[in-house]
Amino acid sequence: MKILVCISHVPDTTSKINFTDNDTQFDTNGVQFVINPNDEFGLTRAMWFKEKQGATVHVANVGDASAEPTLRKALAIGADEAIRVDAPATDGYFVAKQLTKVAQDGGYDLIIAGRESIDYNGGMVPGMMAAMLGANFVNTCINLEVDGSDATAVREIDGGKESVKTSLPLVIGGQKGLVEESDLRIPNMRGIMMARKKPLHVVAADAAEAHAATAAFEKPAPKGAVTMVDPENLDQLIELLHNEAKVI
Amino acid sequence: MSVLVYTESEGGAFKKVALELTSYAKGVANAMGGEVTAVSINGGNAADLGNYGADQVMEINDATLETFNAKNYAAALAQAAKAAGAKTVVVSSSANSKYLAPLLAVELGAAYAPNVVALPESTSPMKVKSTVYTNKAFAINELKTDVTVIGLAKNAYGLHENSAAAAASAFGVELAGDNGVEVTSVDKATDKVTIADAEVVVSGGRGLKGPENWNLIEDLADTLGAATACSKPVSDMGWRPHSEHVGQTGKPVASNLYIAIGISGAIQHLAGINSSKVKVVINTDPEAPFFKAADYGIVGDAFDVVPRLTEKLKQFKANNA
Ligand SMILES: Cc1cc2nc3c(=O)[nH]c(=O)nc-3n(C[C@H](O)[C@H](O)[C@H](O)COP(=O)(O)OP(=O)(O)OC[C@H]3O[C@@H](n4cnc5c(N)ncnc54)[C@H](O)[C@@H]3O)c2cc1C
Repeated sequence: MKILVCISHVPDTTSKINFTDNDTQFDTNGVQFVINPNDEFGLTRAMWFKEKQGATVHVANVGDASAEPTLRKALAIGADEAIRVDAPATDGYFVAKQLTKVAQDGGYDLIIAGRESIDYNGGMVPGMMAAMLGANFVNTCINLEVDGSDATAVREIDGGKESVKTSLPLVIGGQKGLVEESDLRIPNMRGIMMARKKPLHVVAADAAEAHAATAAFEKPAPKGAVTMVDPENLDQLIELLHNEAKVI
Repeated sequence: MSVLVYTESEGGAFKKVALELTSYAKGVANAMGGEVTAVSINGGNAADLGNYGADQVMEINDATLETFNAKNYAAALAQAAKAAGAKTVVVSSSANSKYLAPLLAVELGAAYAPNVVALPESTSPMKVKSTVYTNKAFAINELKTDVTVIGLAKNAYGLHENSAAAAASAFGVELAGDNGVEVTSVDKATDKVTIADAEVVVSGGRGLKGPENWNLIEDLADTLGAATACSKPVSDMGWRPHSEHVGQTGKPVASNLYIAIGISGAIQHLAGINSSKVKVVINTDPEAPFFKAADYGIVGDAFDVVPRLTEKLKQFKANNA
């Protein structure tokens, strides 16, 4: 089985979000970039397929050279090869289009992407790839087993979960649950050394027009001060929630 | 010119989000100078949608669509959008809508803007505001395609009554027999309100000390008709199921009221719950960062405060019933 894991290179979850250039660019100053958490669960599940079922695992990113340390980290965790499509990730459609080309060229059976990236939260790349590839698609996937060309998966739905039967080629929008938090791997020295020698292919972008452009960013308006209520005066809280906030 | 809206239903009745979405579609249609066409798949009473602004209702009744399947649903909606000549299709942020929207966008050659929080800033070109960086910022997106798909963020617009004809007509669709993904079982609590649909969410953190104390959270939630949620470590330790984990790496919460008990308010937690309108925080530590993000705060011990609060709310509910 050939697996492609799509890796988004995103600001660490503790990052302060600021913008520059008249609020048109994300301010990377002092920001640490990481593998998108949803993708990391998928990558770790891919490692399981590699170790238990002999799968080959490639990782791909659409972005500039600044994403390479993130791809190297994925190689250090155990991916066999990395591909970087050399183009700015302008919008979800453009990224899906590029990754679809990578997937077609590489002939992958299983494509694991994250349910969403934590920067743009678009949640559209896996679904668009599936549609462009004509592959099966399971979103918000919290469990995945593959047996030959058959697959079973569990999808999170509002208020519960759903088990499905499907087949390869398959695209997954993955998240926590594919593996547990405690299964995530920190690359060790040996992995890091090996990653330096593994291929990281840089390919040119395929011609495609973005569907959307960010005209500007805005930060949320500063929040008003908190109203403190005495724990001995809970009637006041109820009164405030009822008459002031009007939520009960 | 029309705005198509996918109105979700459950058990033959429209969900509340369908009414909110119809209200929103009416706002978009007013801005564009067009009409609202609702698409109902094995749905409820079309007149319900008229109260929120649906001019037409395309009713799709098809046995193939009895259970949700993203590919088939996206195909049905795409056929409806093409037949109606829709310029914009509006969908919700439910798990199912987020699943089908990218498929629909590809089918229509449309740009898809998810997590939109307000009516478009302009409709030609289409410019919409959405949350990005997990609610830590907003982006104004310009959509460049002729047809667009807009995903409205949860609880972002509210219900707005409008009176429209809601002229219903049956619409037939052609679907592929084999859709590639077959549901084998569904495990869903039907007696509990979900985090996605809840108006009130009661959430517990590590401050509750152990799963055996969750009756505090559940009693308060039951009193308020609320969904229960938790912080990430609580689900990681197995005190509560993963499905209750809220925050940047868990589920987003956009309820009217969010009550956080024994949760410190780490940046990753706040990112996921920020879209909730009113936040109440109960914590022993006056320095807990959550108080900075709260509307109402109580410095106190959950084990003392929460049972008393629940009792008082029960009385309040009884008096206001
Ligand atoms: C990559 C990454 C992603 C993450 N994603 C998420 C996420 O999506 N969601 C999330 O929640 N976290 C997330 N976290 C974890 C986050 O950083 C915090 O560790 C977590 O939110 C803390 O949970 P907590 O508030 O329950 O526990 P703690 O931080 O331990 O806080 C417990 C609080 O309870 C209070 N307390 C103690 N006893 C009582 C009492 N008797 N009565 C009242 N209050 C009491 C304490 O004062 C304290 O403030 C993430 C972390 C990382 C690194």
